[in-house]
Amino acid sequence: MFKKATGLCNKIFHFYYDGFRSMTVGKKLWAVILIKLFIIFIVLKLFFFPDFLKTRFEDDEQRSDYVMEQLTNP
Amino acid sequence: MIGSVDIALVDWSRAQFALTAIYHWFFVPLTLGLSFLIAIMETIYVRTGREEWRRITKFWMKLFGINFAIGIATGIILEFEFGTNWSNYSWFVGDIFGAPLAIEGILAFFLESTFIAVMFFGWNKVSRKFHLLSTWLVAFGASLSALWILVANAWMQSPVGMEFNPDTARSEMLDFWAVLLSPVAVNKFLHTITSSYVVAALFMLCVSSWFLLKKRELMFAKKSIIIASVFGLLSALFVAVTGDGSAYMVAQKQPAKLAAMEGLYQGKSGAGLIVFGVPKADANKNREDNFHFKLEVPKMLSLLGFRQADAYVPGIKDLTDGNAERNIMSAGEKIEKGKLAIGALSSYKDYKKLKNLAKADSSLRVFKEHSSYMGYGYLEDPDSIIPNVPISFYTFHIMVGLGAMFILLFMVALYLTLRNKLENKKLLLRIIMWFFPLGFIASQCGWIVTEVGRQPWAIQDLLPTAVATTHISASAVMTTFILFAVLFTILLIAEIKIMITQIKAGPEGGEHV
Repeated sequence: MFKKATGLCNKIFHFYYDGFRSMTVGKKLWAVILIKLFIIFIVLKLFFFPDFLKTRFEDDEQRSDYVMEQLTNP
Repeated sequence: MIGSVDIALVDWSRAQFALTAIYHWFFVPLTLGLSFLIAIMETIYVRTGREEWRRITKFWMKLFGINFAIGIATGIILEFEFGTNWSNYSWFVGDIFGAPLAIEGILAFFLESTFIAVMFFGWNKVSRKFHLLSTWLVAFGASLSALWILVANAWMQSPVGMEFNPDTARSEMLDFWAVLLSPVAVNKFLHTITSSYVVAALFMLCVSSWFLLKKRELMFAKKSIIIASVFGLLSALFVAVTGDGSAYMVAQKQPAKLAAMEGLYQGKSGAGLIVFGVPKADANKNREDNFHFKLEVPKMLSLLGFRQADAYVPGIKDLTDGNAERNIMSAGEKIEKGKLAIGALSSYKDYKKLKNLAKADSSLRVFKEHSSYMGYGYLEDPDSIIPNVPISFYTFHIMVGLGAMFILLFMVALYLTLRNKLENKKLLLRIIMWFFPLGFIASQCGWIVTEVGRQPWAIQDLLPTAVATTHISASAVMTTFILFAVLFTILLIAEIKIMITQIKAGPEGGEHV
């Protein structure tokens, strides 16, 4: 059973490993993807796009009070 | 009430969201459409066993991969913007959007991400049939993940299956199936994905025409054109049918949008559909003739909007000033009801804090009685319920006009290719290549009609855009707008450069992605 599972994992690993290794234009695309993900998740999300309600208020009750205030007294 | 909101902030927030959505939508139609075109080509390969179809499939799969890779995660930015720039809106809709977006995430991850690897790495490693199954699953997975986003958007145009909870300030889902299967959602999904198939078919026609012009890969190009034309023609015809369904839903649920789309300032029975026209710059609701000139199909707007040739189509004046004879409530009256709803909500909140339950209950009853007009209570001017007429009018007519031309184009391309005549028509081939950007223009126009046309609402009748925004500084939003514009331009240039290089390399330009 264990042997079978290891064999399957090995096959899956080599499937991806060989796939990535034989990439041509794909390598350039991965570089674009990684740079883009870094900019989106590290630079933009952390420094420019904090979740307003999550960062300003501690719990949902405070958040709902704030939004209710916005809705009743915009 | 809305007068206290910083309009520059609202405008920058809208501009930023529009920029991100438009950019994201450069990639989505190609992903949705190319995945099906590839699946069809691979099916032919598996059924016939002919190597040329494998070669064709792999070439288009490579272009699909480039588009998928560059476009990946561009939609995530929209979710960041919800949290930062549209926090009131995000909180207000939280419970409704939670389920569809979670399903979208799971589907996108498991179907697309898992099977896309088999699609690209699995040639010669898995059986032909399993590979084909993976390709089809990627295609269906992509369209299914689009379903949930479109359901969420449709809910904003026509909020159904929900109830606003005055204790939490959130909308809560009462009926998942009403949200999923609302006629607006069904039409929106079918119309949007099939229009994406058209854009992808135009892309395939464009690239194949280039090969014909260059006298390269003639058989490859002709076979691609035949598949693209048949797929594109069927999709374009379906787009026309679902477009009719969408316009019908707009007539029922968003009459101000319909009036703006058609530049209909004064309502009429047996209203005609404008095929081509130029509205006057100083058009207004108190004048009957608001066009420099127009060409219209008599009674068609009544027929399409209400399924009766003599049906009355409300104009802008009816919707703002009301029309007692036609039983149309004025925007002014709706504003009064909306103010009652907001006042009652405010009283409910205060009485609840004071633990005066009797008065809180009484306020809650008043709120529930008028809650369907809640959003109007934030408006001051009845005319503000009307979206920008020139933008709605022109984008709608450009979209419809181009859609009709696409049907003709696919028919001509198919006919000439089957007769072996297309490769000699150089001018036509050049014209066909221009139809790919036109496909994008039509697709983007569709979204502009949808989104500009529903202003002033973020959620139809319930939450105006100005109240949905977060109170942050306009300059912060402007800064991120510029950042996005730069980032998106760089990414778009990268995609175009990589794509052109691979197209020029042709089907022989390397086996692997």
